[in-house]
Amino acid sequence: MGSYFDQILFIALPYVSLFTFFLMTIYRYRAESFSYSSLSSQFLENKQHFWTVVPFHYGILAVTLGHVIAFCIPRTILVWNSHPLRLYILEISALSCGLLTLIGLVGIVWRRLTYPKVRGITSPTDWIIYVMLVLQVLSGVGIALFHPWGSSWFASNMTPYLWSVFTLDPNIGYVAAMPWLVKFHIILAFLTVGFFPFTRLVHILVIPNPYLWRKNQVVRWNRNPK
Amino acid sequence: MNIRSQVSMVFHLDKCIGCHTCSVACKNIWTDRKGTEYMWWNNVETKPGTGYPTKWEDQDKYKGGWEKKNGTIKIRSTGKARVVPNIFHNPHMPSMDDYYEPWTYDYKNLFNAPEGNDQPTARPISMVTGEYIDIEAGPNWDDDLSGSQIYAENDPNLDGLTEQQKAQLSSVEQLVFFYLPRICNHCLNPTCVASCPSGALYKRGEDGIVLIDQQRCRAWRSCVSACPYKKTYYNWFTGKSEKCILCFPRLETGQAPACFHSCVGRIRYLGVLLYDADKLEEVANLPDDELIEAQREMIMDPHDPKVIAEARKNGVHDSVIESAQNSPVYKFVKDWKVALPAHIEYRTLPMLFYVPPMSPVQATKEEDIIDHSTENLFHDIDSARIPMKFFANLFGAGNEGPVRYALAKQKAVRWLRRAQTVGDITAEMAARMLREADCTEEEAMEIYNLTSLCTFDDRFVIPPMHREEAIELMKEPHEHKQSVGFGFSASPRRGL
Repeated sequence: MGSYFDQILFIALPYVSLFTFFLMTIYRYRAESFSYSSLSSQFLENKQHFWTVVPFHYGILAVTLGHVIAFCIPRTILVWNSHPLRLYILEISALSCGLLTLIGLVGIVWRRLTYPKVRGITSPTDWIIYVMLVLQVLSGVGIALFHPWGSSWFASNMTPYLWSVFTLDPNIGYVAAMPWLVKFHIILAFLTVGFFPFTRLVHILVIPNPYLWRKNQVVRWNRNPK
Repeated sequence: MNIRSQVSMVFHLDKCIGCHTCSVACKNIWTDRKGTEYMWWNNVETKPGTGYPTKWEDQDKYKGGWEKKNGTIKIRSTGKARVVPNIFHNPHMPSMDDYYEPWTYDYKNLFNAPEGNDQPTARPISMVTGEYIDIEAGPNWDDDLSGSQIYAENDPNLDGLTEQQKAQLSSVEQLVFFYLPRICNHCLNPTCVASCPSGALYKRGEDGIVLIDQQRCRAWRSCVSACPYKKTYYNWFTGKSEKCILCFPRLETGQAPACFHSCVGRIRYLGVLLYDADKLEEVANLPDDELIEAQREMIMDPHDPKVIAEARKNGVHDSVIESAQNSPVYKFVKDWKVALPAHIEYRTLPMLFYVPPMSPVQATKEEDIIDHSTENLFHDIDSARIPMKFFANLFGAGNEGPVRYALAKQKAVRWLRRAQTVGDITAEMAARMLREADCTEEEAMEIYNLTSLCTFDDRFVIPPMHREEAIELMKEPHEHKQSVGFGFSASPRRGL
């Protein structure tokens, strides 16, 4: 019975989520690119915005980057962690970034709840994604606290599982034995990925990279371009 | 030479009566949608006054425009070096409190209130939250409030005035104000465009109109901070920034923009200027006191065969060159030099020029008798109530020279017309005033005609936009049927 659920949650769900993610982000970009926006609320409330949005974004960027690195170069991480001091440094920095994210996120939700102008433009989808993010960050911090040395076991167990998913040969042996908190974190991660195209999170996909390389002024010609 | 054409504007402030018809015309067409209620793409400010948003000219606060640093110019707010670390929170972004919270009234209550001893009232309701609010500020909150200690005395243009001059401006006998209508300047070196991380803002090559591509705007808000005139606005509902589009759909069909068309005082002029885009970088880097003259130098003579040849080479249509030759803006700015850009020291090279207004003579007060008389019929411009330094801060990058020149010429025109029509001034006297103002009689008559007797067609010389050659924009007419005017067929719905 347990393995039946595991199969749905760790084989079916990832593919459904990833499929939805790619299909719907591309579709939305092509059909409704007007709706791609960071939907900033800084204009409506300018002070709390700084103390909540900035720590959250820097925190979540660092944490996400950590996951990606462990996914891309697991062996290097394991070698790095072979020395206890280096392991502690990595774990503590990961935990502090997680806490930074959590504090920022709680602040963001608090700001949304308490400032009427900002609450007014918060959509039901926003609330759903906030709940998902809070649970995700909470469980992440919880894992860092109660199931330590995640940087090592992510590299040794999670990375092979994720690779097996991406190479279309899913092997749930790696995750089946994980504690429930870790399983929760994984499942919620896939749910978030699947829900991503229907939320404001799409602004991550349109971060402005060409700006730093383009000329200052932009001129668009209708005809006779020069 | 790299000749381009630019639709440019002149506002003749001496004729502005501050009726706000322009603002209302604009609002009714473009900004009556949710999220845009607080925006006034066109607004009229009382000067001295703090304007909209409050104290927009205070760049120590708003950090708009370009600043000169190490021999080059940099975006004062978030340029390339600072945009990445500040992408989550724009450090210099004004908030709604700097504008005002838009509201409507609870009109229903006037009809539905239960019977009682008091008259029912219509309480104000916020158009952002939908809740009852106490109104603290609104559009034109300082309208006509000259001498006010909250508004007029905090005008950033009062910098550099003597204490005596400042005190005069708030004494009852000396009160004075004029109106400053403002729209987007459609600058040659716009900071809003240069600051946009998404590349959503652009200048149209053919006519120089600055627009925001609504499909590419991602609400990074850089343009709002970067524009020193605060003429890009953030639509808090759709999560897109918006700005004055110079009514390009009207221009393209040969109509004047709504604010121009509706102007009761007929203060607005619109026409094409040909300019040399190669000089842009050099001019924007010059010291403050050379900017006005250098910008005039950039504007090329549309009758010069060399300029015409270069313009043709760049694809400027002959009909556009012809309309540049008839441009009223060229006359005001280049021939007569009576129209000046506002705050050119922000270095965006604005293409909206203002004819500075005349003001009444200073009064003298002796033993409770206030005397406004002056020995001359038209007093010396230096004894006008609005100090020259104030004009210099607003229209001269701090220099009185160009403003003095523009005002002296306007005064000379008055002397000439008085001599001609009333005759209590001798022709010699009028001729002397003209000489002193560097103006010939023919020129003075031209200024008089274009100022006082101008018809619709004199004021608006709209170049043909040749949309018939731009058929690629309209490939599928049916696709655009019932669309929203921004040039795409989806409705501008807020993202989830």
